[in-house]
Amino acid sequence: MVKDTDRLATELCGIRLDNPVIPASGTFGYGYEFAELYDINILGSLSFKGTTKEPRFGNPTPRIADCPSGMLNSVGLQNPGIDRVISEELPKLRAVFRKPVMANVSGFSPEDYAYSCEKLGRETQIGWLEVNISCPNVHGGGMAFGTTPEGAAEITRAVKAVTGKPVIMKLTPNVTDIVSVALACEEAGADGISLINTLFGMRIDLRTRRPVLANTFGGLSGPAVLPVALRAVWQVSHAVKIPVVGMGGISSASDVIEMMMAGASAVEVGAANLVDPFACKKIIEDLPSVMDRYGINTLEELGKWEKM
Amino acid sequence: MKEVIFEILENRRITPGGIFRTELAGDTSDIARPGQFVGLKLDGLYLRRPVSVCDAAPGRLTLIWRVVGAGTRQMSEMRPGERLSALSGLGNGFDAEVSGDRPLLVGGGVGVPPLYYLAKKLREAGKDTAVVLGFATASEAILAREFAGLGCDVTVTTVDGTAGTRGFVTDALPAGRTYFYSCGPEAMMKALNGALGIPGEFSLEERMGCGFGACMGCSRMTVSGSKRVCRDGPVFRKEELIW
Repeated sequence: MVKDTDRLATELCGIRLDNPVIPASGTFGYGYEFAELYDINILGSLSFKGTTKEPRFGNPTPRIADCPSGMLNSVGLQNPGIDRVISEELPKLRAVFRKPVMANVSGFSPEDYAYSCEKLGRETQIGWLEVNISCPNVHGGGMAFGTTPEGAAEITRAVKAVTGKPVIMKLTPNVTDIVSVALACEEAGADGISLINTLFGMRIDLRTRRPVLANTFGGLSGPAVLPVALRAVWQVSHAVKIPVVGMGGISSASDVIEMMMAGASAVEVGAANLVDPFACKKIIEDLPSVMDRYGINTLEELGKWEKM
Repeated sequence: MKEVIFEILENRRITPGGIFRTELAGDTSDIARPGQFVGLKLDGLYLRRPVSVCDAAPGRLTLIWRVVGAGTRQMSEMRPGERLSALSGLGNGFDAEVSGDRPLLVGGGVGVPPLYYLAKKLREAGKDTAVVLGFATASEAILAREFAGLGCDVTVTTVDGTAGTRGFVTDALPAGRTYFYSCGPEAMMKALNGALGIPGEFSLEERMGCGFGACMGCSRMTVSGSKRVCRDGPVFRKEELIW
């Protein structure tokens, strides 16, 4: 019998993960506040709040809307800027989390991305750079780069040129052909792909007859998007040779297993953290018994078996 | 903060305009200060709904809220005996320690309930507590008798003059007060900010995602930078806010 600890282990770009569960960027802050609730060292890793060169307040409020089986957000990359992330947030995270961290980076030009990735890449606690070219909530950047193979490749090259850390490109589902974008990233040197970011959507308040979100549109996440995410992860993981991190609506251990069967080497859990701050902990604790139910010996065998 | 499964003891409409009072049984040990709130998980709705604590005692919780949308409409149908998942003890709450000897509480509409638990704490500490409550009309006036029952000096205002002083809370502010606490519509609090020369604190409302500081959905710019209404607030000192 394989020990529980080994049953859950997986690997992402050459770095071992004790388990594949990673809180998704934008739903877990910089981690340390969740450490007041439970020992976050049980996590595989965590992807911290999307960080930009300059501090950002984000979009006007309201910037959250409830949806059937999910939610819209139009936060717009609020973050204290890379200098304060490095000087204030990362030391606080380091005090409570001893594993390699995934640095989520956003920008408005190739130079922006390169600047932030070079700086964050030098931080020893950073294991991977997750490069967000898929945020639907900012203008003149974000998703604009992720919607064409050329734009995605341009950012990939700019980032790869300045860091030796594994670069994972985070893709948007709001495209006609996500496989072509993923292939362009791989060809430009990406070490991994993560997907999906949120789906572009909106809601309207019947009383005011106006959009609920001050920014009109936002990104849909939560269980509603799980089938879309599974489809995209399946398509991309069957097309590229680099590892894929699957996310979108994962809320349970069985969702994790389903996502790995679609081809993901690891998974990110997003909106579920906002409804239940203990979601990732519960998912990790539930994994062994759910694996037993389906006769799965180790998680690592899943992806490999599916890809054969 | 922790997740608590409460049992609904009572859930009834207390005004024709759709204000409800809900009595719950369950662990309230995480509710440390008045002005905190709970995040309620309702069947079929994805995000939790933040509702301020009106009163708390060991094992007992009182919420008073108004039907405004899908979440509260569903809450209006909760029945005694049903169970309700809540994240308990959210937000920073009011600081009752800094009130001085003669605090003033100013509430508007469905912003009044969190002031009740605060008044209780202030009266327990022997403070000479004045309360000004503003409502649209007499039938929507809530909790005035309960504040009086705590020994507070209560003034009610209604916009249409059907109860108490006709007008707004700013038309009935008593003098000689040491510190104020307020919760109500933003326009009321903005007017109050200009009308009161004493220090104090405001409890704000914002559409929230998580309710505990993770999603950055409810941010507000203050003089000391961006703050999360759910976690850094909902209560902010007067001098922190930009109106």
